[in-house]
Amino acid sequence: MSFPATRLSVVERTRSLDEETRRVAWATIIEAYWKPAYKYLRLKWSLGPDEAADLTQEFFTTKLENDVVERYDPARARFRTYLRLCLDGFASNARKAERRLKRGGDVTIVSLDFQTAEGEMARHEGSVDADVDEMFYQEWVRALLERSVADLKQFADASARPIMFEVFARYDLADEGGVRPTYADLARDLGLTAATVTNHLAAMRRQFRQIILTRLRDLTSSEDEFEMEAARLLGGRR
Amino acid sequence: MNWISDRGVDRLRNAAAWPELDARYLITGVAGRGGMATVYVARDQKLDRDVAVKVVDFADHKGSRVARLIREAHILARLDHPGIVPVHDAGVLPDGRSFYVMKLVRGRRLDEVLAGEAPRAFRLDLFTRVLDAVAFAHAHGVVHRDLKPENIMAGAFGEVFVMDWGVAQDGADAEPAIVGTPGFMSPEQAGAREVDARADIFALGAVLALVAGREPSPALAAIAAKAQHPEPQARYQTVEQLAAELSRFRNQQRVSAYRESAAEQLLRIYRRYELPILLLMAYVVMRLVLLVWAGV
Repeated sequence: MSFPATRLSVVERTRSLDEETRRVAWATIIEAYWKPAYKYLRLKWSLGPDEAADLTQEFFTTKLENDVVERYDPARARFRTYLRLCLDGFASNARKAERRLKRGGDVTIVSLDFQTAEGEMARHEGSVDADVDEMFYQEWVRALLERSVADLKQFADASARPIMFEVFARYDLADEGGVRPTYADLARDLGLTAATVTNHLAAMRRQFRQIILTRLRDLTSSEDEFEMEAARLLGGRR
Repeated sequence: MNWISDRGVDRLRNAAAWPELDARYLITGVAGRGGMATVYVARDQKLDRDVAVKVVDFADHKGSRVARLIREAHILARLDHPGIVPVHDAGVLPDGRSFYVMKLVRGRRLDEVLAGEAPRAFRLDLFTRVLDAVAFAHAHGVVHRDLKPENIMAGAFGEVFVMDWGVAQDGADAEPAIVGTPGFMSPEQAGAREVDARADIFALGAVLALVAGREPSPALAAIAAKAQHPEPQARYQTVEQLAAELSRFRNQQRVSAYRESAAEQLLRIYRRYELPILLLMAYVVMRLVLLVWAGV
């Protein structure tokens, strides 16, 4: 992967003079972090679904824009860690003030699908006892991968090669309970040769890695942070 | 996009990390993950055998991770010894990550062996083979710098492989840095000072302390302690010296690291010459019996 020196990170782009650039940057941050934040509030702070949803709304629509990103110093912490600490402070203050936000006040509501997030929590594996910091990371990775898979599908469709994504989906996104098919199975089911399946899968994985790294580059604020995140995501002990 | 389960997340991370190797090598699984690289099991289709492929996880823009793995492959290629895993091939993937192909070592890590019930003599046999391999590396100017039970593989037939030479110091390319593992790292490594072969001797002392078990003999404990002395000049100065001391211990000879009492000395001498002493005593007793019988 090449490292465009002039490319600004998403955090830097929130300070852009161009309104559209700022809007897209905020949307990218919210998209990457709202779900981990909501689940984090539910688990670490033991908030009920409505309270966690309200606090998430306020954090991402008011607090984040006014204070959090403005005060972020990349030299002191990676953005994900910083954001989680800010969320802790925010939740702590809210609890002290015994303040429960009502929907529809002066808070700008963004479209966050809390119902889906709540449904996902019921499917978490051992999440209640899990290390909440690790859970925040895992949720952040999950959100990143979900977006990256969507990008990959878009890439395959735009290249008029949806069959390539189909191979990837059946092999690397196969149903949990199901047994992973062999290349020969896939070749037979999709009317391809085994060699074509191998090539399609390799091409999709290569593109998938590229997409992930591009998104990661976008979400991090320095070269060091990017490389640490990439090394952890793509390798490291799990 | 549907929700992805934890297992799905892992699967996608693996998919993104999957190395696009030459068609010769067909990846069949993951053997292990380290700090900066993943080791895959692969089928070498050309030679029809299983191999291990170590792939750096991420190609950093400075290229230091990539270069380090290639450097490790070159070190391994130079160290042709039965106790050091042989490297077969090396290269760079289309995405810029480096890799090398090596013998697939089947067996258990030394920490797993030590957690079991293996007798001390067997554990010391394994340790002696580790000493052979490390001494060989030192003779070629290579200091491992991260010796620990997790980096030592023991095969089914007692063979031993010293693994993971990723932070090894190769001759003159010494770059003082904090490398190693706490508990096995010498004070000079922890202080990012210049190190030499004696840093490995410190680590070997820590490994020996584990090999010796929970209630080691005082002499064996003293050997391990001397190897781990905080001052490098107070340790064994070469692996050969450590090996010779261990050999003396195993042969019931006096070791330089331990000052024994007169009783311990007698006991050691008895153990060393147990058979001749017993034969001599039997002879003396028999002569005495004969003398007494003749006198009667």
